[in-house]
Amino acid sequence: MSSRTLPLLFINLGGEMLYILDQRLRAQNIPADKAKKAGWIEDDRRRVMNDIITTMFNKKFLEELFKPQELYSKKALRTVFDRLAHASIMRLNQASMDKLYDLMTMAFKYQVLLCPRPKDILLVSFNHMDAIKDFVKDTPSILSQVDETYRQLVEMYTTLSSGEFQLIRQTLLIFFQDMHIRVSIFLKDKVQNSNGRFVLPTNGPVPYGTQVPGLIRMFSCAGEEVTRRQFSNGGNYTAALREGSFEIFGDRVTKLGTNMYSVSRPVETHLSGTSKNSAQHTKVNVAPNPLAKEELNLLARLMGGLEVQKLGNADSGFRVNLFSTDEEEEEALISRPDDLLYGVINIQATKDQQANAELAKIMGEFTESGDQSPSSISKGDDLLAMMDGL
Amino acid sequence: MAADDAKAVLLREGSSMYHKEKSIQIKNSASALYNNLCALRIAPRRLTYFTVVHANVVNMVSASWDGLNYSHRQLQSKEPNVATSTSLIMQAAFCSLPSRDLLVVTSQKGIQVYESDGSIMVYWHALDIPETQTAQAMFARGISAVRDSYICVGISTGAILVFDVPSKGSNITLSDVLEGHKESITDMASECCGGEVCIADLVSADDGGNLCVWKSGEEFKLLNHIPGFDISCSSVKLWKGTVVAGYGTGQIRLYEAVTGILHAEVNAHARWIYSLDIAPYSGLLLSAAEDSLVRVWHLTMTPESQSVEIAHLHNECVTDTQICGAKFCDADGYAFAVTGYDLSEIIRYTQS
Repeated sequence: MSSRTLPLLFINLGGEMLYILDQRLRAQNIPADKAKKAGWIEDDRRRVMNDIITTMFNKKFLEELFKPQELYSKKALRTVFDRLAHASIMRLNQASMDKLYDLMTMAFKYQVLLCPRPKDILLVSFNHMDAIKDFVKDTPSILSQVDETYRQLVEMYTTLSSGEFQLIRQTLLIFFQDMHIRVSIFLKDKVQNSNGRFVLPTNGPVPYGTQVPGLIRMFSCAGEEVTRRQFSNGGNYTAALREGSFEIFGDRVTKLGTNMYSVSRPVETHLSGTSKNSAQHTKVNVAPNPLAKEELNLLARLMGGLEVQKLGNADSGFRVNLFSTDEEEEEALISRPDDLLYGVINIQATKDQQANAELAKIMGEFTESGDQSPSSISKGDDLLAMMDGL
Repeated sequence: MAADDAKAVLLREGSSMYHKEKSIQIKNSASALYNNLCALRIAPRRLTYFTVVHANVVNMVSASWDGLNYSHRQLQSKEPNVATSTSLIMQAAFCSLPSRDLLVVTSQKGIQVYESDGSIMVYWHALDIPETQTAQAMFARGISAVRDSYICVGISTGAILVFDVPSKGSNITLSDVLEGHKESITDMASECCGGEVCIADLVSADDGGNLCVWKSGEEFKLLNHIPGFDISCSSVKLWKGTVVAGYGTGQIRLYEAVTGILHAEVNAHARWIYSLDIAPYSGLLLSAAEDSLVRVWHLTMTPESQSVEIAHLHNECVTDTQICGAKFCDADGYAFAVTGYDLSEIIRYTQS
């Protein structure tokens, strides 16, 4: 539908990912054998955040992202975020990555649904951007990348009409369709029901530009108001708040898109089966088909800008666990319901001969020499090598 | 006053005007698209067809009036280029012409026309898609049967395609392209007064809230252009020469079609309106929005003041649901049906 949706989807999901990782990095117990001092851990955390944010705002990557295009499939987008999450020395196991992605997507789904006006999705995006800017405020090089992205967002989105924003919103809602994963923090705050559906209140301020429902005005042919009537609106609405700022700096007014996690409010999900019959998930493809060729091409171009951190030795990276214990993480991986598998591309595991042939052909289009170094930023990055890093 | 009388007639003290009936389960959940529910009553066979769009699929369910038989069918969007991307469906609507009923499905790639039971596709019109992806989205949206033999479909460029439909067979032809809008068409509606002579046949609405009023014929004529206020008009209806328009701000406005005179303005909903419907015999109006509310209103013509009045009759709250479709199931408004984003059922209400 809207060809302007991908940048907003990426930035908001990326923002949520950073909130979660930041919280986990702060909360994570220091393994006894590392024997690090408190200051060291602080540096590690900042380094991880900086590395991920640098990768997220890589100039080439963003150039590709901002081009008019249809949304990627869930599978393809998950692949991009897997890559992004491993852009630093931090490592996540499959189960933790799954949980991270669940939280990210449910959080943004919530924000999109609760936005009073479709245009407010841009304010939510600015809230994420503002927080990202705060994460890197001490690193000028990354800060300038972030500022550049602000300018691109303002340029691309502030002139769009309300109808075009609604189209973006509708495109996002199709992407999030049928996702009802229960998130502990949402359940506790009573913004999500136990069936996984979000609470949509019929009270509170109306959106900016909307009047509180209840008034009927009737006019004569000459244009004079002749009658006024009131009806009961079935809710408890109040007048709209002031409009948030759409500029690079400003008060966004809405709290949607701000960081709801803190060290004392750990992130947890409950994986409820989301569908009663598998027919509901006509879009979720759990068959071992690789991505369609066109999508692989797009992905290759996009990921050409993403460096993967090659670890010198296994010890220099450190693992982040999104669960409370290692056992819980293992258990989560085994017991993940079938309908919630993300089907992340593992090219090596693909037995499909035709798919391998297609990939080889794509590789052939990109590879110039035998150089397989994944740290090269050239567009001719080897696709398989990039995938191997996931 | 006429409106109060209507309310008194329809309500008994202490009781609610409508009550909820058993829902119809559908195979997929409804997508958040404007006017995402259509109903076609097949009286001779005592059943009603419903259509609900989910991404690239139209879910059709045929429901017998006795509530005992339901049969389901799914229609996919057509991708003539065997492209890798799916073509998302924007809208599905039944078009009732004197000679036949057809089901029209509009998507990012084009317009598919089926027999009303969805069994056979009788016509396909591909949209003119540019080679490289543009920032401007390309799709068809806004469907209406007009008079005896036309089906009109809107395009995201603002153009309206007019198709000439024979009384049977698949020889449907594109007979006209109307240029009245510069912004994406959102919805269209034809006069549903039921047989009376009316001047205006068709009203079209766009993302800027602009409304165009047309007279049909070999060449359609633009009778009037009612300017908008940069707020999208997502749903529009035409009844007895009155345009009823629902907007993104939650307002409903009543205009006299041919003159553009504003008869009434209602602060109807707290969120974006997604669907309007009119029961032509009774003048009941149904409005539904993202705010979880469906409201029933009564429209009355007052010949003395040559005006239309609107009165509020009833509210239904579909808890925690952003409603995307609402339709009366019959021309009197005795029953109506509702769909919501992420909901896999058609919720039904009947007058008490």
